[in-house]
Amino acid sequence: MDTMTAEGLLLPWPDDDGEPFWEHARSGELRIQACAECGRLRFPPRPCCPQCGSFDDEWRLMSGRGRLWSYVIAHPPLLPAYAERAPYPVALVELEEDPRIRLVGTLTNSVRRPGAPWNAVPPGRLRIGAPVQAVFQAVTPEVTVVRWALCNG
Amino acid sequence: MLRDRTAIVGIGQTRFAKHLEESEKALACRAVLAALDDAGIEPHEVDALASYTMEETDEVELAKAIGAGDVTFFSRIGFGGGGSCATVAHLAMAVATGQAEVGVAWRSRKRGSGRRPWTNTAQQLPTPAQWTRPFGLLRPADEIGMLARRYMHEYGATRDHLFNVALACRNRANQNPDAIMYERPLTREMYMDARWISEPLCLYDNCLETDGALACVVVSAERARDCRRRPVYVHSAAQGLPAQHHGMVNYWNDDPLTGPAWTAARQLWKTAEFGPEDVDVAQIYDAFTPLIPLSLEGYGFCGRGEGAAFTEGGALESGGRLPINTGGGGLSEGYVHGFNLINEGVKQLRGISTAQVPDAATCLVTAGEGVPTSALLLRV
Repeated sequence: MDTMTAEGLLLPWPDDDGEPFWEHARSGELRIQACAECGRLRFPPRPCCPQCGSFDDEWRLMSGRGRLWSYVIAHPPLLPAYAERAPYPVALVELEEDPRIRLVGTLTNSVRRPGAPWNAVPPGRLRIGAPVQAVFQAVTPEVTVVRWALCNG
Repeated sequence: MLRDRTAIVGIGQTRFAKHLEESEKALACRAVLAALDDAGIEPHEVDALASYTMEETDEVELAKAIGAGDVTFFSRIGFGGGGSCATVAHLAMAVATGQAEVGVAWRSRKRGSGRRPWTNTAQQLPTPAQWTRPFGLLRPADEIGMLARRYMHEYGATRDHLFNVALACRNRANQNPDAIMYERPLTREMYMDARWISEPLCLYDNCLETDGALACVVVSAERARDCRRRPVYVHSAAQGLPAQHHGMVNYWNDDPLTGPAWTAARQLWKTAEFGPEDVDVAQIYDAFTPLIPLSLEGYGFCGRGEGAAFTEGGALESGGRLPINTGGGGLSEGYVHGFNLINEGVKQLRGISTAQVPDAATCLVTAGEGVPTSALLLRV
């Protein structure tokens, strides 16, 4: 399995528990693992429910709506492909369905531009609490990642 | 209970530098032998060893090189710098329960001349890195920067608060001839103009990259009274892995800003005869400046959200409310996964620190916050 894109960006290397997340992302769906018994969402994925102990799970479709919980702006030293893109913001987004589920991702300035450059959103526009929407970018034929479009961006 | 039943009776260290010629193994041996010499204990008496899982010199190599005797207890603690204080804690438990008599804890690391751990992409991809690293959250500075930004947002903390931390450590290093930053003062202007690493963290919010090794020797309180140095007792010790904690990327629970320090602190104070208000000096793990306000809150020196304000008015400086990292810490003495904080705590309680707190009788030492952690309360 490839560990990097042609440009040298790291590809996610899913474990057994995480694989369904990436399969759903390839279909353009943001799905989060939930307990099939008690219904509690959990992230990162794991074999059993920390609330009730059940090993039965389901992957629940999320709206893709969230809010910026925090962000950093990364500057070198970085791996070469990342240094080329720096400085770039990285977001931590809390999901509307459960604010304890927070996803890390890069930002884009429009839901219509899932492939926008990593620095498409000027740092001055970033505010904690700002609404964002999940978008899907196929970074290789096999791998699709979730990015976050700044609403009203 | 562990209380005062064991003591640290020897400390040793190598030089700290950006680059040292000798191997990590040779540096480990030098630090351990120096600590044993300091204690006045022969290497063949060593029967317990403890270090970090990230330590590259294993027990077999160390024991045979220093001439240890039959070793009956050996332990490794995980989670990087979170394991520093637990090395002493494990030895203290082993000695107090009769599993061994002379314990040595050590850390040797060529982090200055070696590669940066995060550049090893083969190691960074498995869980939970699949959820963070591909998106450019590559380094520990990025991971902690995320929590730092949120902390600043929630509590009104500013870069000046982080500067207070960096300055206190640098000022102490300027008093410590063994510190890497001994002759390098830091000013507010330098801090505010410094290049970013991961906004909101700049260069001076990050620890040093250091080659060096340290060690200490743990024996029973009875034996300690016959050693050549003033015993520094392990009054209380704790490890901490909070419910639903996720390591450096503690982003997936109710309250990411309540980290392992809170858990370790509850256990630490539960088994102590004194509280935070009785701590004379503290050595607080400082891989990044924001870990100090978070730890001040976790260990109970102030309330939730008050850690940044606590740093104001020179509180962390000599003569302040809580002098910290009196050898310069990871930010300015050297970054050896926090082991220098343990040895500096011992120096304070022996009365030989280069930034001595007058009549210091109690010292808190903490390990890495933001990862499963550990802490020690030392006293004389």
